[in-house]
Amino acid sequence: MRRPTQNVRHSGTHVFLLAMSALWLAPLLWTLYTSLRPKEVTDKYGYWSLHGPFNLHNFGTAWTDGDLPRYFVNSLYIAVPSVLLTLALASMMAFAVSRYTWKFNVTLLILFTAGNMLPPQVLAAPLFEMFKHTPLPYVLSTSGSLLDTYYAVIAVEVAFQLGFCTFVLSNYMKTLPGELTEAALVDGAGVWRQFRRIILPLTRPALAALATLQVIWLYNDFFWPLLFLSSGDRLPITTGVNSLQGQFLMNYNLIAAGATLTVIPTLIVYLALQRHFVAGLTLGASKG
Amino acid sequence: MTQTTAPVPVATEVERAPRARAGRVRRLTGSDRLVLGLMVGVPTLIQAVLIWIPTLLSIGLSVTRWNGLALSGIKPVGLDNYRYALRDYPPFWPAIAHNVIWLGFLALVATPLGVLLAVVLDQQIRFTRLYQSVFFTPVMLSLVLVGIVWQLVYARNEGLLNNLLGTAGTNGAVDWLGDPHVNLWAALIATGWRHAGYIMVLYLAGLKGLDPSLREAASIDGATGRQTLFRVVFPAMRQINILVVVITFIEALRAFDIVWVINHGTNGLELLSVLVIQNLVGEGQVIGVGSALAVLLLIVSLIPIVIYLVRTFRKAD
Amino acid sequence: MHRRSVLKGTAALGAIPILAACSGGDPATQAADSKATSLGSGLADAVPKSGIQAMVDLFQQQSGDTVRLNVMPRDQLVNNISTYLQANPEDVITWFAGYRMRYYAGKGLLAPVDDAWETIGKNFGAGLADASAYQGKKYLIPNYNYPWAVFYRKSVWQQHGYQVPGTWDELLALCATMKKDGLSPIAFGDKDGWPAMGTFDYLNMRTNGYQFHVDLCAHHESWDSPKVQAVFDNWTALLPYQDTGALGATWQQAAHNMANKKSGMYLIGTFLLQEITDKSIVDDLDFFPFPAIAVEGTDAIEAPIDGFVMTRRAEKNKAAMDFLSFLGTGAAQDAYASKDSSNLQTAADANTSTFSPIQKKAAEMIAQSKKVSQFFDRDALPAMANNVMIPALQSFLKDGKVDLKNLETQAKTLYAAA
Repeated sequence: MRRPTQNVRHSGTHVFLLAMSALWLAPLLWTLYTSLRPKEVTDKYGYWSLHGPFNLHNFGTAWTDGDLPRYFVNSLYIAVPSVLLTLALASMMAFAVSRYTWKFNVTLLILFTAGNMLPPQVLAAPLFEMFKHTPLPYVLSTSGSLLDTYYAVIAVEVAFQLGFCTFVLSNYMKTLPGELTEAALVDGAGVWRQFRRIILPLTRPALAALATLQVIWLYNDFFWPLLFLSSGDRLPITTGVNSLQGQFLMNYNLIAAGATLTVIPTLIVYLALQRHFVAGLTLGASKG
Repeated sequence: MTQTTAPVPVATEVERAPRARAGRVRRLTGSDRLVLGLMVGVPTLIQAVLIWIPTLLSIGLSVTRWNGLALSGIKPVGLDNYRYALRDYPPFWPAIAHNVIWLGFLALVATPLGVLLAVVLDQQIRFTRLYQSVFFTPVMLSLVLVGIVWQLVYARNEGLLNNLLGTAGTNGAVDWLGDPHVNLWAALIATGWRHAGYIMVLYLAGLKGLDPSLREAASIDGATGRQTLFRVVFPAMRQINILVVVITFIEALRAFDIVWVINHGTNGLELLSVLVIQNLVGEGQVIGVGSALAVLLLIVSLIPIVIYLVRTFRKAD
Repeated sequence: MHRRSVLKGTAALGAIPILAACSGGDPATQAADSKATSLGSGLADAVPKSGIQAMVDLFQQQSGDTVRLNVMPRDQLVNNISTYLQANPEDVITWFAGYRMRYYAGKGLLAPVDDAWETIGKNFGAGLADASAYQGKKYLIPNYNYPWAVFYRKSVWQQHGYQVPGTWDELLALCATMKKDGLSPIAFGDKDGWPAMGTFDYLNMRTNGYQFHVDLCAHHESWDSPKVQAVFDNWTALLPYQDTGALGATWQQAAHNMANKKSGMYLIGTFLLQEITDKSIVDDLDFFPFPAIAVEGTDAIEAPIDGFVMTRRAEKNKAAMDFLSFLGTGAAQDAYASKDSSNLQTAADANTSTFSPIQKKAAEMIAQSKKVSQFFDRDALPAMANNVMIPALQSFLKDGKVDLKNLETQAKTLYAAA
């Protein structure tokens, strides 16, 4: 549908948008440009120059010297179980609070939602001490406690994301007609069966959107791994890439290459699942 | 957490959509009750153990003195830690000031810019998807990466900005991240770069979901584009507006990653969240003081959280 | 969807053994007859990193034991040390002498290394032994030390005809001349916060004497005193001559300012040579002790000792103790020095014949000094150094102001809590 008043201003609009786009892209293009140039060249001519050659050597060096493959795999160890557990638990909780009325369901939902919005630093010290005093056998943890383990990071990530996912999913489930489950009830289907066979399949779009969103958020998370993981070789990529700065001190070319490599997986997810990602961000903000 | 995943309010829907007839727990069989109990119990237990109990423990630790080793070493000291933080700890008030500036910048610059972009892109113009992708790209990046990318822009002699200004390599080159008079603003621009994109996406989704007949009615009544926007569109977007305000507030309180990456939140980049961590895990671990700072952060954070919860849940139930 | 959700659940459960493989492991560190140990190293810059690697290689070759080496950036190790030691530390870590070691030994986070000292003790004199001990037990194996001094490029000084300043007034006069000559007189980089403590320590020791430094660090002296005020008054005179961009620059960046002849001199440790490796520049470097101000001439020098400590959990690991015994031998220290010739081996049987002119001069400087301090952050309470001094010094660099009353209030609170 075209709106009649809007053709007039378009040239001005484009000038504005182009200018803003240039501002938006400049830091990214600068990073990419820096990463493609050998350090010897930029040392000689300065970073503000057009001298070649351009190659991918910095990427190779950042990849191997920066131990990036290990960081990427570590990110998977954290993100995959966290997202699956969060969605599994959140969908059950959401089902229980949205499809049944009982005394404290709204209270709980409020508490869940509030928990998600707390600054994580508020919980840092007690969680650290709790994990330190939770003994684990050495087979499971070389620290003998929950510290420096992925379990600790996953547990806290799940707890933190649960509130948001429960809230979104419960709202989504509330919009599903009540007749659906009532019919099943008549057929004698139990609670679990209603959840699994009827509600969960219908929640699929919301789950897909949330999963995409959560994968990105967890991949980008910095704080919890920083707090709980002390072994450098266990860090996930976002926390790990920060230590590249200490390692590649003053070698901006390598830092730029490391940063660029780190962005690639998010860009792939974004390009492949853009629709889901934006839907996840805006779930409920628009209709549907 | 690198991003406020503040739940988007769907109260509008909850109000309008025919509500599902909720089942009654009483009518359920024993095994159904057990299943439901587990469905609620397990997530609630996780929340309680990992979120709410630690919050209470933080409050508890804030009135003690402890070196973080044996539990027997915890000694109650009343409000000493709060007195220390508020009166004797030099970075405290600068950190509060920086958080306020942070909030002001996001609220007055970055958020309005995001809304403006959304409004502009909501028009039927060419390449709108392309523009959207451009503004959205930073939202995909972690704040750590935002920090790293902008360090490349801000570096004194090597960075893009000073080279564009022509000052790189001279004595007049501004050290954007090192000079405590400007580095807060430099960090804010980097944050705003990402924040504006995030707000744009949220707002754009809201605009797209708006009932088109509203605008049609306004234009039939002879309203100009601007009048329509301010008198019809913005008021109709009340829920999104609240959300955007809350997200802005919470992001300002949660700001941490980007200054941590730049210089661990020292030298002009002190923020409340960073002071908490410096006191809790730094080499000079002072758990009591760190916890007191954490509780102060908690109290401030509860303001937007409560506003949000009241707005969202009051209507829904 | 049903099958999918089951699959999902299985996948989540299946991840647990994988995670166990990542987070858990062989409890090798606990076994007394272990042939494996580990080293957590905060020496991540290229030169010292290869030095540590050389030590590890030699040990593995000689003993047949294996050492897992975990290298992390220095600031990561130092900033997280208390949590790191409590969580999952390596058996042996690179650490520092002085109160900074005693503090963690006193908290029970380090294990005594007296067994190793029995074999290598004869390598170290009384000064090093004292610096490695806490309550009658040894906790540190020294590796190397290095003096802090004022470095400069001979060619620059010849060109302008500068003379080495012996007194405070001569230093200030020299700075003024350099400024006139278009140089930034004193290179300085304090982004990381600790380098400024070097300036503070020298000004303090030259103004008030070595013992005052020790007592102030232990908080036996008050911060709110005319003596401390005098230190900052002197610094106020020096401040205009230090690099203005210091707060945004690392010590490494400042080093290049001197190497590139932009700055006239640089107060730093000899580890400077890890960053400046171009031989033509190294040969052009020289240094002098920080000039005398009021008391004790230039008797006291700042010469921190770096070494290795054992973490509490490795107490019973024989391989770890063997490794530490090895690290205290001249052969091990020579292996390190073969890669990093900026520092001075501490073992008596180390080979000093390969010392560069700078190393020789540095060794003489230490030998002739009457008092040796470690460094503010090694002599004082960690919380005081990190939470109070770093911000206080950075804010002094910013606007030349310091609130001594507040420093004293904070010191009282922190030393009471420790």
